[in-house]
Amino acid sequence: MSAIWIATIGTSVIAFLLKYSGHSIPERFLSNPKIQRINALIPIALLSALVGVQTLTEKSSLIIDHRLAGVGVAVIALILKAPFPVVVLSAAITSAAIYNWF
Amino acid sequence: MSSPDNGFLRQNRRVSKVASTTLRDSLSVSLTVGAYGVAFGAAAVANGFSVLQSCLLSLLTFSGASQFAVVGVMGAGGNPISAIATASLLGFRNGLYGVIMAPRLKVRGIKRIIAAQITIDESTGVALNQESRGEDAMRHGFYLTGFGVFIFWNLFTLAGALGAQAMGDIRAWGLDAAVPAAFLGLVWPRLITKRDRAIAISAVALALALTPILPAGLPIIATAFIAIAVGLRR
Repeated sequence: MSAIWIATIGTSVIAFLLKYSGHSIPERFLSNPKIQRINALIPIALLSALVGVQTLTEKSSLIIDHRLAGVGVAVIALILKAPFPVVVLSAAITSAAIYNWF
Repeated sequence: MSSPDNGFLRQNRRVSKVASTTLRDSLSVSLTVGAYGVAFGAAAVANGFSVLQSCLLSLLTFSGASQFAVVGVMGAGGNPISAIATASLLGFRNGLYGVIMAPRLKVRGIKRIIAAQITIDESTGVALNQESRGEDAMRHGFYLTGFGVFIFWNLFTLAGALGAQAMGDIRAWGLDAAVPAAFLGLVWPRLITKRDRAIAISAVALALALTPILPAGLPIIATAFIAIAVGLRR
């Protein structure tokens, strides 16, 4: 089985077990305020890290290229409160323009 | 606005209005999420997943942030363990939603399995928004949104994956920038306080600093410690 298949199946199995266990365990186990707080902060850390890695790295080295311009435009779109499709499309168009013409 | 309705009519109208508001909430959320589905399908293919694998992730994992994470980590060259671990850290909150929803849904057996699968940000969010309209409205909101998002998310994933597959060189189409832009769109609404923004910036810095040193995938997981440290402190 290829690495991508392992990731696909493994993620799916654990995702379901996490959902199902929430429906099956007593409420008090997860009502700890520290757990709630950490749970709210984890997506911020992981998703931000993914933004950084997908924008500025290639294999194991740091690199600045057309993607940074695209993501920069996405930041501007988000500051202007643009809807999600506009954010993604403006990033793609900017990045593609730079990649194709420079 | 005043109207000459008698009490009976007014009451009836109120009952139908409750249902239609819940339906509207559910439908608008389901359709909006479709746009993310296109982005996910395209991101998955751009990061080396087949159309089938992309669609299976949407059907079986069915949790946006986890799915984006697993394709992001694999695309960055990570091993499956890092990808699964990152996705699972992001999927943990669905378990917390289950804890909130279970006492309201009160379902067992196959129905609990189905309810669990559609326990996500959107279904729980719409359900909690209906709280003032009573427990029935909460259940309607949960199931309508859960099934609605499930249908649109999967259809749009297929569309995005097929679209990306037809593109060839994804860089020429800007897809390699669209993927991090999609992550940014996911995290942006969560950056409310100064502390949130500080965590986001530290996470980017830490992940980039660790990239040349650690195997791919680990720099991303490592940033969970920032969230844990801040969460434990206050």
